[in-house]
Amino acid sequence: MHTAAQPLNKDKVVTQQHALQDPIWVRWGLIAIAISFISLFICVPLGLVIFQAFSKGLQAYWSALSNTDTLSAIKLTLLVAVITVPLNTLFGVVSAWAITRFEFKGKSFLTTLIDIPFSVSPVISGFIFVLLFGAEGWFGKILVEHDIKIIFAAPGIILATLFITFPFVARQLIPLMQEMGNQEEEAALSLGASGWKTFFSVTLPNIKWALLYGVLLCNARAMGEFGAVSVVSGHIRGMTNTLPLHVEVSYNDYDVVSAFASASILAALAIVTLILKTALEWKQANR
Amino acid sequence: MSRKSVMPGFGPTIGFTLLYLGLVVLIPLSTLVFESFKLSWDDYVHIITSKRVLSSFRVSFIAALIAASIASIFGFITAWVLVRYSFFGKNIFHALIDLPFALPTAVAGIVLATIFQPSGFLGKLLSDLLGLQVAFKPLGIVIALIFISIPFVVRTVEPVLLEFETSMEEAGASLGATRLQIFTRIIFPNVFPALLTGFALAFARGVGEYGSVIFIAGNIPYVSEIVPLLIVIKLEQYDIEGATAIALTMLVISFLLLFLINLLQLWVRKRSGQL
Repeated sequence: MHTAAQPLNKDKVVTQQHALQDPIWVRWGLIAIAISFISLFICVPLGLVIFQAFSKGLQAYWSALSNTDTLSAIKLTLLVAVITVPLNTLFGVVSAWAITRFEFKGKSFLTTLIDIPFSVSPVISGFIFVLLFGAEGWFGKILVEHDIKIIFAAPGIILATLFITFPFVARQLIPLMQEMGNQEEEAALSLGASGWKTFFSVTLPNIKWALLYGVLLCNARAMGEFGAVSVVSGHIRGMTNTLPLHVEVSYNDYDVVSAFASASILAALAIVTLILKTALEWKQANR
Repeated sequence: MSRKSVMPGFGPTIGFTLLYLGLVVLIPLSTLVFESFKLSWDDYVHIITSKRVLSSFRVSFIAALIAASIASIFGFITAWVLVRYSFFGKNIFHALIDLPFALPTAVAGIVLATIFQPSGFLGKLLSDLLGLQVAFKPLGIVIALIFISIPFVVRTVEPVLLEFETSMEEAGASLGATRLQIFTRIIFPNVFPALLTGFALAFARGVGEYGSVIFIAGNIPYVSEIVPLLIVIKLEQYDIEGATAIALTMLVISFLLLFLINLLQLWVRKRSGQL
């Protein structure tokens, strides 16, 4: 009886194995579909940026980049990032501390409010600042009287970018700090460490990779934002064009090399962001 | 728990959080609501039901719906392949999925327009082989929105697939289920809430997307003009009322979608909690 049962069992195990694994043709078919899809929609576009940027040769590429309009666009883009990223990072850390270290009413509502800029169309994000500070806007008259320009100038671009990149850091930190709990901090505090000391030597080392991750994504968006910035900038060459706007203006002027040369800087930024992001993900996974 | 008494800094941190949130997000956003009070209901209806505005809503919604659907199908396959199989170059492949998040939309816009324009690399191929014109047609909008949608679907489905207990599959197999039955009866129903969330996130983003679309769309009124572009056009014509009415409608739709997505995410968490 025992010997008779043996082959039957074996058969069963084999069919079970079949039911647990995808057939080889399904496996390779799906891999082929996924790779073709990603190649078509992601690799081809990425390759084309580089191809187009260098299509008229290295010299044309360099002269497109060293053009004064391009340089001023790079400067403005850096200025915007240098102001908005630290501010939103500070907000991210402070709000994560308030939300994850204390219990209070309306906490989940507050967390939802922080996410709002993600769900608003970029165009609307720019438009609201026009409503506030534009010539016809709420503060339009006062600003004109005092000769202060916000819309069609750098301050408007900075405000719109601040709005757009608002949730990035907070969003990385809140779930992490929630999960960590506050036992470690409580221990430090009960041993007599000050609040600041506790933050810098207990909390910060624990959240540093997530913090960097948030800063990285925040920076990528701050430098790359187009829709919101395009509404408030006015597209004044050499004055209020950020790099993404310079890409648009050059492209619409049929200045393909200049458009793609500027685009290649932004694509390089995107690739560096992805590499650092992947590295940070590994760091966090190994922690 | 003695949480409240021990941790320092509640007052200053919550104060700063609310102040900053108010100044940067809530006050600017509320201007749109207050501005719309200047409009009478009849004005509002008149603006929103004008043929051009309705057409732009139709274009935006249909394009976002098709793009999110296509991205959901291929995004699901991509997530499945990334989680279940191993193959050469998988790590690079994995990192590239997030490119649409990292690449500025204006860059995506000019690149896609260049590839799919009639003289472009794929545009020429498609028109020669199928007689299909993509760029400067509504189809171009769909292409741009698929690009934008990919990471939303993959990154929402992937963690759920990763956490999926293979013991459930083993249970199915030991009860005599075929591979197809295991997929359709066990795996797919468990991943479905996440897939739907990814779809909704992609759709919500697609409806409001501007930068990657305007270069490839051709922007022909009534045909391939999206809602965000119409807001910009109204603004450029100093038609603040028109822009406000359309923007407010978009904002309300975004909030409804945000609410729906929150519900979906709750469903996903409940579902994975039950596992």
